[in-house]
Amino acid sequence: MNEIPLTHILFVSTALFFIGMFGLFTRRNMITMLMSIELILNSVNINFVAFNKYLFPEKLDGIFFAIFIITIAAAEAAVAIAIIINLYRSHHSIDVEDAGEMKF
Amino acid sequence: MSTAAILFYIIAAFILGTGILAVTTRKIFRSAIWLLFSLIGIAALYFWMEVEFIAAVQIIVYVGGIVVLIIFSIFLTQKSGSEMAKPLQGRTMISLLAVLFGLTLTSTLIFQNEFNSMSLRPFQLNVADIGTQMLSTTEHGYILPFEVVSILLLAAMIGAIVIAIKVKAADEKTLN
Amino acid sequence: MSIYSYAALIPLLPLAAFILLGLFGRKYFSGLSGIIGTTALLASTVISLLTAWQYFFVDGKVNGIYQQIIPMKYTWLQFTANVSIDMGIVLDPISVMMLVVVTFISLMVHIFSLGYMKGEERFATYYAFLGLFTFSMLGLVLSTNIFQIYMFWELVGVSSFLLIGYYYDKPSAVAASKKAFIVTRFADLGFLIGILILAFHAETLDFQTLIERLTSTQSTQFISITSASLLGVSMLTWGLTLIFIGGAGKSAMFPLHIWLPDAMEGPTPVSALIHAATMVVAGVYLVARLFPVFAIDGSALQVVTSVGAFSALLAAIIACTQTDIKRVLAYSTMSQIGFMMFALGVSKNGGEEGLGYMASMFHLFTHAFFKSLLFLGAGAVIHMVHSNEMKDMGGLKKFMPITHLTFLIACLAISGIPPFAGFFSKEEILMAAFHSNKIVFVVALLTSGLTAFYMFRLYFSIFWSKEAPIHENGHGEGTWSMKVPLIILGAFSLLAGFVPISQLVTSDGAALESSINIMFSIAPVGLALAGILLALYLYKTANEKPQQIAVSLGGFYKAAYRKFYMDELYLFITQKIIFNLIGKPAAWIDKNIVDGLMNMLANITAFISEMIKGLQSGKVQGYALYFFGGVCGLAILFIYLLK
Repeated sequence: MNEIPLTHILFVSTALFFIGMFGLFTRRNMITMLMSIELILNSVNINFVAFNKYLFPEKLDGIFFAIFIITIAAAEAAVAIAIIINLYRSHHSIDVEDAGEMKF
Repeated sequence: MSTAAILFYIIAAFILGTGILAVTTRKIFRSAIWLLFSLIGIAALYFWMEVEFIAAVQIIVYVGGIVVLIIFSIFLTQKSGSEMAKPLQGRTMISLLAVLFGLTLTSTLIFQNEFNSMSLRPFQLNVADIGTQMLSTTEHGYILPFEVVSILLLAAMIGAIVIAIKVKAADEKTLN
Repeated sequence: MSIYSYAALIPLLPLAAFILLGLFGRKYFSGLSGIIGTTALLASTVISLLTAWQYFFVDGKVNGIYQQIIPMKYTWLQFTANVSIDMGIVLDPISVMMLVVVTFISLMVHIFSLGYMKGEERFATYYAFLGLFTFSMLGLVLSTNIFQIYMFWELVGVSSFLLIGYYYDKPSAVAASKKAFIVTRFADLGFLIGILILAFHAETLDFQTLIERLTSTQSTQFISITSASLLGVSMLTWGLTLIFIGGAGKSAMFPLHIWLPDAMEGPTPVSALIHAATMVVAGVYLVARLFPVFAIDGSALQVVTSVGAFSALLAAIIACTQTDIKRVLAYSTMSQIGFMMFALGVSKNGGEEGLGYMASMFHLFTHAFFKSLLFLGAGAVIHMVHSNEMKDMGGLKKFMPITHLTFLIACLAISGIPPFAGFFSKEEILMAAFHSNKIVFVVALLTSGLTAFYMFRLYFSIFWSKEAPIHENGHGEGTWSMKVPLIILGAFSLLAGFVPISQLVTSDGAALESSINIMFSIAPVGLALAGILLALYLYKTANEKPQQIAVSLGGFYKAAYRKFYMDELYLFITQKIIFNLIGKPAAWIDKNIVDGLMNMLANITAFISEMIKGLQSGKVQGYALYFFGGVCGLAILFIYLLK
């Protein structure tokens, strides 16, 4: 455990974060965008746990953050799916390029 | 190089590899499966970091709940076998550049910073401690966020139902 | 209270008539407007006469010199500590004399118009305009400040424009009024520049102070204005010449005279008031007002002399050929004003040598009477015959006895036959010219002879000549309102010569002894009688001799008949040169470059806005990218740049 410095774990989580960002920018399908957002949230979770483990061993705050993040991510995914389904009903497509009503 | 280190690098590679596949593959069902594997990889990482409780929660909630939910919504909205549309021209390039830029920036910050540990005590995760602290009302207690989160979950449930509820007559036409 | 404090009422009463009749005349007064206008003017005339009596004969003199009295003066606009535009009233010999002349002639015209303009639909408007004109002219002569005189100068121009274009449904009248206004306005540009030059160097706009500063050769202002020079000519000469150009425009001197003959399109009483007796002498008045400064600077005075003498001769020659009776009278006016101008030009300031100044003012005084009488008489004739041309007239002495008699008196006066008014004033002018400049004297003598000739040509053609075409229209000679002014003016044309102007109006305020030199008078009077006899021989009975002479003079006669092609020359210059070379390029620049610049700015703005508009594409991922870019930017900013 001690052989892997904190920075390596942080690098992994950062890379995962940006992978998720790439997916968010690039994907046209709303559900795949949601999947990318889940990746981002997970990377943040890894960050919290790693910090807690390496820098603040006698406290548990990072763990709690991770727990709450997981909870809220679940709630958010549920609401997002509901919105996507609603949007699908009006546009008959979940291509995000088709939902451009906010254009000038 | 000890076993732990090698294991870590294998898990890290697995996470990142399946993550990249999840955001680049053209078939949507495969993307969901790659996401599934990535989340499992993250659970494995938690196991490696000896925070078993979080790993268990991750598997139960994320893998068993969210990914299943995503798969259901895929079935509800489109044919899962066909290929998805390609991203817009130039979008891939710009996003790649932006992301690489962000990655280098953050990596520079990470590797330049000195992370000094406050104490040398090894980290031990006790589930009982989690429970006690979650419900304690003292300064480091998380009782308030706990209650708020439960209300949030209730609101999310109701909200999801309200948003997705069908007005009967219109919906039978659309689903056919 | 002394009568001087009522001096402000003299211009204000006609102004009140203008406002009342202008606003309410058409609707409420109509028939009464003539009476209202005339009453206002009668009151004004009475006050002027009382003021003149008080000033000239009771208390105007101090130690034998007439003082300048300023009953009213207040500061209107203060530019700097020294320069301000004041509004004031000045009473000195020339302004009081002008008050009498303007109000009296205006009163005569008002009374005459009661009969002449009867039945006109816009009767009230006519009297309103007459009131406006009288107010402006009176304001002009009473000005204490050079800017005030400029303001009233412009007002007089406007009134003239309104009155010439009174018959606005006649295109020729509209064109004439535009021409008058444009030519005088163009001359006023010179006037304004002259004012600015003088005011800049003398550091004041007030007449009294300006004259004081620019005539004492030791004052700093005088030194500064004479040392500055442009193209080898001192600024003083430039300023005075430019001011004289303004005066020349208003007084119809060559080459700015082209508007005066055309101005005869207006109603005849208007011609009598404005273009014979009052407005056209405004230029002479201006030179007289600034005379001390002119006298110091010899070159400006020489310009005045040459322009005046040349205009006098030119106008006399052209008048011999014209057939429209009003145009003959217009050119006659131009000629007489030329006399007044060169009389000022050959004069010097002070004492015996100020004879020209006195003579010029005297001639202004007498000329007002007989010229307005000539115009009003012509008006009566036109009213009867309904035509302006000499060929439609003749043998009218049977039908219009009073007009005939008064017209004859006026013609004798203008020809300079003793003892009529014109004789005395012309004698003084010729004497002044003789003592100063022999060439001018010869030109003046020749012009006097021509004056007598063409005036009697006019007289004989109207009243003798041939048997008139039948007049059954039963108009008769005109009502009493048309006859009374003629009689009054006729009496004055007879007697005005005996008014001792030389005691009252001189260049330095002190009385001037003047006498009539019998030997000297033989030449001019003899020449005048010769002219009269020639006209009698040629025109008393209709015959072929004038035609034969005209043919024998050939090209010269034709050129004179066509007013020496001045109008054609002006038209050529404006159309071919100014419009094409200056006007069209300027319009092109305005439309393409100035407007183009504005349009380009607008187009650039629209283009930029189109580009920015693209940011709001409605696509979520675009927004996400911008968001991410912003966060990165801020991160770099805070971490690296703002340590």
